[in-house]
Amino acid sequence: MIEEIGTTEEGDLVINVGPQHPSTHGVLHLVITLNGETIRKVEPHLGYIHRSIEKMCESLTYRQFIYVTSRMDYLSSHINNHGCALCVEKGLQIEVPARAKVIRVLMDELTRLASHQLWWGAMAMDVGALTPFFHAFREREAINDIMEETCGARLTMNYMVPGGVMADIHPAFQKKVKEFLRFFRGKIDEYDELVTGNIIFKGRMKGVGYLSAADAVSYGCTGPTARGSGVSCDIRKLYPYEVYGEVKFNEVTAGGGDCYSRYLVRMQEMRQSVSIIEQLIDNIPEGEFLAKTKAVLKLPKGEFYSRVETARGEFGVYIISEGGTTPYRIKFRSPGFSNLSALDHMARGHKIGDLVAIMGTLDLVIPDIDR
Amino acid sequence: MNKEELRLRLVELLPSAGFEEGGEWATLAIEPAGWGGIARELRSGGGLDFDYLFCVTAIDWRTHFTMVYHLTSTVHRHILVVKVKLDRDRPVIQTVSDIWRTAEFHEREAYDLFGVEFAGHPDLRRLFMTDDWNGWPLRKDYEDPVNMIKL
Repeated sequence: MIEEIGTTEEGDLVINVGPQHPSTHGVLHLVITLNGETIRKVEPHLGYIHRSIEKMCESLTYRQFIYVTSRMDYLSSHINNHGCALCVEKGLQIEVPARAKVIRVLMDELTRLASHQLWWGAMAMDVGALTPFFHAFREREAINDIMEETCGARLTMNYMVPGGVMADIHPAFQKKVKEFLRFFRGKIDEYDELVTGNIIFKGRMKGVGYLSAADAVSYGCTGPTARGSGVSCDIRKLYPYEVYGEVKFNEVTAGGGDCYSRYLVRMQEMRQSVSIIEQLIDNIPEGEFLAKTKAVLKLPKGEFYSRVETARGEFGVYIISEGGTTPYRIKFRSPGFSNLSALDHMARGHKIGDLVAIMGTLDLVIPDIDR
Repeated sequence: MNKEELRLRLVELLPSAGFEEGGEWATLAIEPAGWGGIARELRSGGGLDFDYLFCVTAIDWRTHFTMVYHLTSTVHRHILVVKVKLDRDRPVIQTVSDIWRTAEFHEREAYDLFGVEFAGHPDLRRLFMTDDWNGWPLRKDYEDPVNMIKL
């Protein structure tokens, strides 16, 4: 729904885009000031799907609150759960079994692949290419099937728990993942042939939505959004958790700072994720998948912060504990929230059609922003 | 710089600031009056280059508020936590949105959910809640019989 709500004195036109609008991917509400077709100002109005998750968590135990975080960035639910589990483990000083560490990283990378696939399809659709959407969803379906077998869910996984993972992997997990990788390797090349080199696509992407490295840092952008501006910010590399310090992969950065750079970063990240999964899939150690923990978890008085890299950037969990069974206060530092704050800066001076391309390469998930 | 080196450097740079013990990272505890100047110093003075503010939040301790700023440097990779104690009846603090742009959204969030006022903020309005919302939802004494389910 695009609705005109008024004009300003200089003849600028103020319009609403969303919250129900196909190109905002969910329920983002933007108030845009236009002069002709040129964007003068973009003002995000948040809160349409605000559930006050932080308040909710204050009355949930340290086992329960993890489930709520699957409902924030639902495309990175494994990684959100992972961040929370790490934070609770940090507080209780639980040593996670080696098997669980590898399973967690495998799940994280599969999630990243699935998330980037959905992004690729949806973003290409935003700029007018419908076919990629079907390609991406075909591949994503295979990952969802693998997830479903092991976790019992396809979107909100709730698989990571303090101390490890909830259940062991499905007996067919390794075989199916390897099958998927064989199938998917060729598909990334196909993605590149179909979209990356396309002259129309490049025309829509190159030089659009420029974000300098200094601005990216100042706006707190992380993930592929900042790495597209050449900022090195991959938490997996800078502060390795689980087995990320032991596997070989490269942090992907591109210096362009425009939509096309951000696009290239995500495309390369898919290849890196495939490489991480390949290194680990045959090397899952035997043993326990869950450390022994007390039935009721009580974090000592103090504060604990954990950082993980989701498909969208840095996700932080900040727990303030008073020594009880529930957190006194919890803060989720969501990547999308900070990435969105740079939207106005990036979009000014561009045409309204470019706004859709810029939002596409920010890879916004609105429940992650609204929380 | 590791935690101890950073601490020594900070004692040199900000002789009046206090420290808090026990955290994972070096933690400064300061009064709201000095925050604007200290923030500027941390950002560009003394070779510390704290250019990336990765988390801003408030905590309601029932007797007072604490604003918590998590800072890091993309050059040196050291991390600093700054805690500012605020009066609960009149929580006012200088904005840092002119130093770190990301603070503009984060401070609006803290205003919306805790009612902390940021002096000099360019656009201090409700962010998640509707404009006519009453009260500050994340305060400990907030009551909402319609939207809150107590277990």
